[in-house]
Amino acid sequence: MERGRIILKSPRFNLTLQRLAHQLIENYNHFENTCLVGIQPRGVELSDRIYTLITEINPGHKARYGKLDITFYRDDFRLRKALKANETEMDFVVEDQRVVLIDDVLYTGRTIQAALTALNHFGRPKEVELLVLIDRRFNREVPVSADYIGYTVDAVDEAHVVVDWDPDPDKNEVRLYKKKQED
Amino acid sequence: MGEQAQFSTKHLIGIKYVTTKDIELIFHTADEFKEVINRPIKRVPTLRDVTIANIFFENSTRTRISFELAEKRLSADVINFSASSSSVSKGETLLDTVNNILSMKVDMVVIRHPAAGVPVYLANRVSANIINAGDGTHEHPTQALLDAYSLIEKLGPLSGKKIAIIGDILHSRVALSNIFCLNKLGARVRVCGPPTLIPKHIASLGVEVSHDVESTLRWCDAANVLRIQLERQEIPYLPSLREYAQYYGINAAMLDRIDKPILLMHPGPINRGVELSSDAADSKQSIILQQVENGVAIRMAVLYLLANRN
Repeated sequence: MERGRIILKSPRFNLTLQRLAHQLIENYNHFENTCLVGIQPRGVELSDRIYTLITEINPGHKARYGKLDITFYRDDFRLRKALKANETEMDFVVEDQRVVLIDDVLYTGRTIQAALTALNHFGRPKEVELLVLIDRRFNREVPVSADYIGYTVDAVDEAHVVVDWDPDPDKNEVRLYKKKQED
Repeated sequence: MGEQAQFSTKHLIGIKYVTTKDIELIFHTADEFKEVINRPIKRVPTLRDVTIANIFFENSTRTRISFELAEKRLSADVINFSASSSSVSKGETLLDTVNNILSMKVDMVVIRHPAAGVPVYLANRVSANIINAGDGTHEHPTQALLDAYSLIEKLGPLSGKKIAIIGDILHSRVALSNIFCLNKLGARVRVCGPPTLIPKHIASLGVEVSHDVESTLRWCDAANVLRIQLERQEIPYLPSLREYAQYYGINAAMLDRIDKPILLMHPGPINRGVELSSDAADSKQSIILQQVENGVAIRMAVLYLLANRN
């Protein structure tokens, strides 16, 4: 099995997370009327850490935090094997709220398209921004772009980028594979 | 990208023909759909390009509405067909009827029929996914799934739990599906009813048999009470309903006497005053209405998982 090339690791990985958290704080200050929404399952790994960092830096913040599963909103259902659904934890509505969607890798943009549809089922947000750790900018299939980007990767279509999260923050890394890895 | 969810069969004919893993996958998926149907907007676009025919050759309230609601919540296109208002009464055969419906590009068929074996007969002859919504006295898989799901919600994992099925076991497809399902989940099952309404050799399915309701209630953690199916009784199995109610009916006084919190279930429709008195059916121990709510989530899960199997 291909090992994959490490393209981002600590300390830079953690500095990137810090920067993303600070960028959010810079724009949202105390996060009034703001919801951070992680996309299940892999985006939640990132959003959990961003939410923790924001809470450490700015303990009095008012951000609400939710996790959104988009399995039932995918546009490729019946074109590929079904995916196991994950938990949605949204104990608020996003009506008139500012929303920051959080995902690990922005690739074709279709996940974000599905997430925007799913989000609409929780109300009409005032505005939606997107935060991603990795932006594969040359592989978009729909017009989606991120507002906060950790690291930009220019890779061919067949390549596969995986964020490996580890309980030890110093072992987090991003790997680039030449081909999609079998799950 | 998440984990894959692969169902082992293309059709849901009966619980006998699915694996324990399939059942667990259905329950996992139903958890997420239960969250969906408790949202302010209860609809997801998942099955937006799927057409489903509900073909009912037998009367039904709960199952038909529950399937229809599940299909609509998943954004499928739905056609409803009931035998009484169709060309079946003009002498059309079952296979012709179904093939005519399928030629209108239908992807999935939910079928209920008074004859056992109709779903498997269709599954072998047509290309659509077939979901059994009750065939004669054979199986009613989605009912057993929602019963087990409701039990797990209240009791936790069913391994080692004692579940009683009380009433007309002989004519009940719910009983048979429940026995298969509970066995696969590791529960202990006891059937209870008058000797004439318990099939011979049912113990070979790995269940205990009793003819005494009160001691069965004392034994179990939950009791699934079934209706006496008068429409299927070609010869009299009981002297009278009144006598059945006296010996096998469950009432609040009996529940108080056994002095142990057991759950009461019923797949509906209830004959109040026969197998369950009103004070028992409406008691706090009854989870009959939760069963109905869970029915929609379970059917959404089944439709979701099968729609992907072509």
